[in-house]
Amino acid sequence: MSRQLFAYITHKNSAADDSAFELAAAAKKIDANASVTAIVTGKGEDLTKVCGQITSAFAKVWKIDGDAFAYPNAELIRAMLVKILPEKSITLLAHDTFGMDLGPGLSVKLNASFISDVVDIEGVKSDILKTIRQEYSGQVSTHVSCDITDGAVINIRPGSFKPEETSIGGEIEDKSSEAEGITAKRKYIEIIEAEIGDVDITKSEILVSVGRGIEDEENIEIAQELADAMGADVSCSRPIVDAKWLEKSRQVGTSGQTVKPKVYLALGISGSFQHLGGIKGSPFIVAVNKNAKAPIFQVADIGIVDDLLDFVPVLTEKIEELKG
Amino acid sequence: MEILVCVKRAPDTLENEITVNKDGTNIELEDLVYSVNEWDNYAVEEAIQIKDKVGGSVTVVTIGDEEAEEVLRREMAMGADKGILISDEAFENSDGKGIASILKAEIEKGKYDLILTGAQADDGAGQIGGMLAAMLDLPYASLVNKIDIAGEKLTVGREIEGGVQEINEIELPCVLSIQTGINEPRYVGIRGIRKVASVEIPVHTAADLGLDASAVGTSGAKVKKLDYFIPETGEGAEILTGSQEEIAEKLIELLKAKGGIK
Ligand SMILES: Cc1cc2nc3c(=O)[nH]c(=O)nc-3n(C[C@H](O)[C@H](O)[C@H](O)COP(=O)(O)OP(=O)(O)OC[C@H]3O[C@@H](n4cnc5c(N)ncnc54)[C@H](O)[C@@H]3O)c2cc1C
Ligand SMILES: Nc1ncnc2c1ncn2[C@@H]1O[C@H](COP(=O)(O)O)[C@@H](O)[C@H]1O
Repeated sequence: MSRQLFAYITHKNSAADDSAFELAAAAKKIDANASVTAIVTGKGEDLTKVCGQITSAFAKVWKIDGDAFAYPNAELIRAMLVKILPEKSITLLAHDTFGMDLGPGLSVKLNASFISDVVDIEGVKSDILKTIRQEYSGQVSTHVSCDITDGAVINIRPGSFKPEETSIGGEIEDKSSEAEGITAKRKYIEIIEAEIGDVDITKSEILVSVGRGIEDEENIEIAQELADAMGADVSCSRPIVDAKWLEKSRQVGTSGQTVKPKVYLALGISGSFQHLGGIKGSPFIVAVNKNAKAPIFQVADIGIVDDLLDFVPVLTEKIEELKG
Repeated sequence: MEILVCVKRAPDTLENEITVNKDGTNIELEDLVYSVNEWDNYAVEEAIQIKDKVGGSVTVVTIGDEEAEEVLRREMAMGADKGILISDEAFENSDGKGIASILKAEIEKGKYDLILTGAQADDGAGQIGGMLAAMLDLPYASLVNKIDIAGEKLTVGREIEGGVQEINEIELPCVLSIQTGINEPRYVGIRGIRKVASVEIPVHTAADLGLDASAVGTSGAKVKKLDYFIPETGEGAEILTGSQEEIAEKLIELLKAKGGIK
């Protein structure tokens, strides 16, 4: 297969995102012999540093430097990619909030196929790429095939592909001039940092985390009582914040906080990748869920299949007894 | 402002445990409870709030079978003015591009200033909004959690990693995908649904939309779901068994060992 493979690399604070090396690993699963080109946009010193960092994983690095790319605006970057990508190429993106913004539209403009949120790649056979995806927050998986005759844009789930130690020593090529004069009808204005709440869950050693299985705002109390007995803080999944039952600063996950506790109790949380993406440092995870097949049990150390509304008060009482 | 909101009827994951059917061709459909895709409900609420502020109308559209009509009525009970059901056997098994091109054909029959989708639906693709925008050549922003109207432009917030909000200016007309938590969708009671029970909902077919049936549905799909399965997992959790008291006692021992009780 002589198809050209590309990976668009995101970066922050002069460092390539972890996904850069995961995309390189994913590309290997499409074509073990491919020489993969990374595309990096940005400005000045920052960009130069990032390009240098990733030459270990890519055969070529296309560097695009310009004022317009100081902040990654997916609409601008799409126009640029459409201009510089060869026909029928395969482009890998991380399935994060940037990749979600860019991927689907890019595939339309390139007239290429699109597969979203891929967790594994089985390989290519006569222009058909076979991948694995998940549906319903990971409750079921599917094999998905994709006709790549006219190329493809593939969004790769962060954390799904294991980066390999490589020292390819790729060449950096400055493509900035090709990106001049590109405009978009959407303009980046500014970043508004997340609000700081009453409790900083990123510093908590023990978290009692509640999900939609808590069912009712009043029941948050049950989790708070357990947390008090354990000396823990209460955190939660996204739907609890959406319902305004707890503050945004208590949300664990990719669009919330990244926590590093020693012990994490997940009460009525299904275990979506966006939630699990916010739990780092391999804590001891205990899951209470009434659905024995909930994906959270795949990552938990200890599971309790029960209604949390029944079980948690029993646990709290036992801990209080113990403490006297 | 003329606003169109794309909505999808999807299994309600709070009411159902999703499992794979016997031959692995689909999820188990028996006894499934459906509702409107969670993200779409926020999109409709946002559209209604914008209409209440600046005037105009809200149309909800879905591609689905006859039963998908119920989600249109539900969203009309919330306050959407009009519903359109797009339904044709030729649309079955459409991939993302297929769905987006059907919606595009419908949109081109009207005149909309703002098109909203949910950020993602039940199969977690999060693709229709971005595809639709590109097909229509309109600007797009995904994961929108704030909309302010400023003349011919909107100021929108996108929710990115870490709860950070990215503020953008975007020209109208445009397509936005809406993230949950942008508002608090209003409650819809039985009475509200009854009120719109007899409102006529037009049904548009491939022919009505001037769509070539071979470009959508199974024949047009380049991306295909081959089968459904439950992944073989690693070790998985050790499941504690016994009475609730016994389980609690076992768990306390484990927690103490891991420093989980202070
Ligand atoms: C761009 C993007 C970013 C996102 N960021 C985040 C994020 O940062 N954090 C996050 O959490 N989510 C995030 N999400 C949402 C995520 O996809 C899931 O929708 C969410 O994590 C689900 O939350 P949940 O597990 O509480 O709810 P559900 O998935 O509804 O799960 C509820 C669970 O509770 C169980 N249950 C129900 N009743 C009981 C009971 N009485 N006793 C015991 N168990 C019970 C059910 O079996 C089920 O497993 C994001 C989504 C998108 C698109
Ligand atoms: N069958 C459909 N009919 C109407 N809108 C849809 C349909 N499928 C998806 N959408 C819209 O596209 C959004 C994203 O869905 P998806 O890209 O499938 O994850 C949904 O929230 C809906 O707004």
